[in-house]
Amino acid sequence: MPILFIAQRATAFVLAFAVAVHLATILYAVRGGLTAAEILARTHGNVAFALFYGVFVVAVAIHAPIGLRNVLREWTPWRGRSLDVVLLLFSLLLLALGLRAVIAVYS
Amino acid sequence: MSEVLGVDVWRGAEQGAFQAFAIPRRQHQTVLDVVTEIQREHDSTLSYRFACRVGMCGSCAMVVNGRPRWTCRTRVNEVVKGGERLRLEPLRNFTVVKDLAVEMTGFFDKWKQVHGYFEPGAQPAKDFAVVPPQTKERKFADAGIECIGCGVCYSACDVVAWDEDYLGPAALNRAWTLVNDVRDRGQAARRNAVSGSDGCQACHTHMSCTRFCPKGIEPTYAIAGLKRAMFGWGAR
Amino acid sequence: MRASHTQRGFVAAILHRLSGIALAVFLPLHFLALATALKGADALERFLALTRQPVVAVLEWAIVVALATHMVLGLRVLAVEFLDFREKTAAALSACLVAVFAVGLIFILNLG
Repeated sequence: MPILFIAQRATAFVLAFAVAVHLATILYAVRGGLTAAEILARTHGNVAFALFYGVFVVAVAIHAPIGLRNVLREWTPWRGRSLDVVLLLFSLLLLALGLRAVIAVYS
Repeated sequence: MSEVLGVDVWRGAEQGAFQAFAIPRRQHQTVLDVVTEIQREHDSTLSYRFACRVGMCGSCAMVVNGRPRWTCRTRVNEVVKGGERLRLEPLRNFTVVKDLAVEMTGFFDKWKQVHGYFEPGAQPAKDFAVVPPQTKERKFADAGIECIGCGVCYSACDVVAWDEDYLGPAALNRAWTLVNDVRDRGQAARRNAVSGSDGCQACHTHMSCTRFCPKGIEPTYAIAGLKRAMFGWGAR
Repeated sequence: MRASHTQRGFVAAILHRLSGIALAVFLPLHFLALATALKGADALERFLALTRQPVVAVLEWAIVVALATHMVLGLRVLAVEFLDFREKTAAALSACLVAVFAVGLIFILNLG
């Protein structure tokens, strides 16, 4: 079963929606510049926000490393178990840093 | 129209060099005419392939001014403008045997690997299969069965160039026609091959195969069909 | 240049791939930047102050364009793969790029 392919396409659908929302939000929010206070005012204690970005982070942590895996396998001689392990670590890094960032602006 | 055509032809195998020739321009000249004239009148050591010379067999496929095509169906006027030279190379992504002739074995091995052949099953069918031509499956199959295995799509594919294990557009297109053949009894093995890491998931929709196929077959969409079908197989 | 490399499917795939790589490199930095808020709003504000130089504004614009590019060209791939979208003309790719540039332009206009 092509798990990685299926995971990447499934998260692509999730991200299509999430990125559209994120881009629209950014384009709207940066009008006239953006300060930390303005960002945090929107995100502090905002459960909907935290859930949305939490899902976003999980989807990205799955989607990006699988994409990078294709790039590295096709454009460099690196393949096999060591590549998969490194990309898994990258996935965990994105997950950890991402959820930490969500918590940082939520609390 | 200038009277002489400058031609650069690849000589050698993986290592080699281009050899220059000067061939008289003739009206309606095809690239195959040019290669044949070179081999017969100028340098009989040149190796190249052709057979039918009328666009049916695909034997004459090679890279002409950077594009993989059939030399018998390529007029010199189409590819050479003004004083440009004609540049002939063997198909890309194949091992070069000599000059313009390439080793096709690996290409057909991938057809076998993807189970790109009809599997009738252990028992002969009791009666003729009824396959209405307008059914969805038959239309998908019909769109791809005219493939003659010329190798142009395989030569054009960058993913094949980047990943030598990738089964490639021709093999996968053939697999799609058989996935849609309601009489076939070998679907399990074929699905395995198509779903593997060397199968349809490696296609990145560059569409070079569709762009260059001399028969107008669209392997990109056959491979997309396999990807969609693959989700359904995974659900079982 | 190789003939297959000038045709639009390949160009789309390369833009999609390069923008994806840029985003993958950018994301950890983005997460680290946002996490400075763990030390309070002032910490985040100090970081954002660093980013108000023109060079950074250009890079921000580039990342926004990369995100828009990757999404739009990704939608093209999903359309071909799941909706059996048949790309007959260059219109599809051109439409994608127009959408991306629109996003980039709006970003610049809104920043100013």
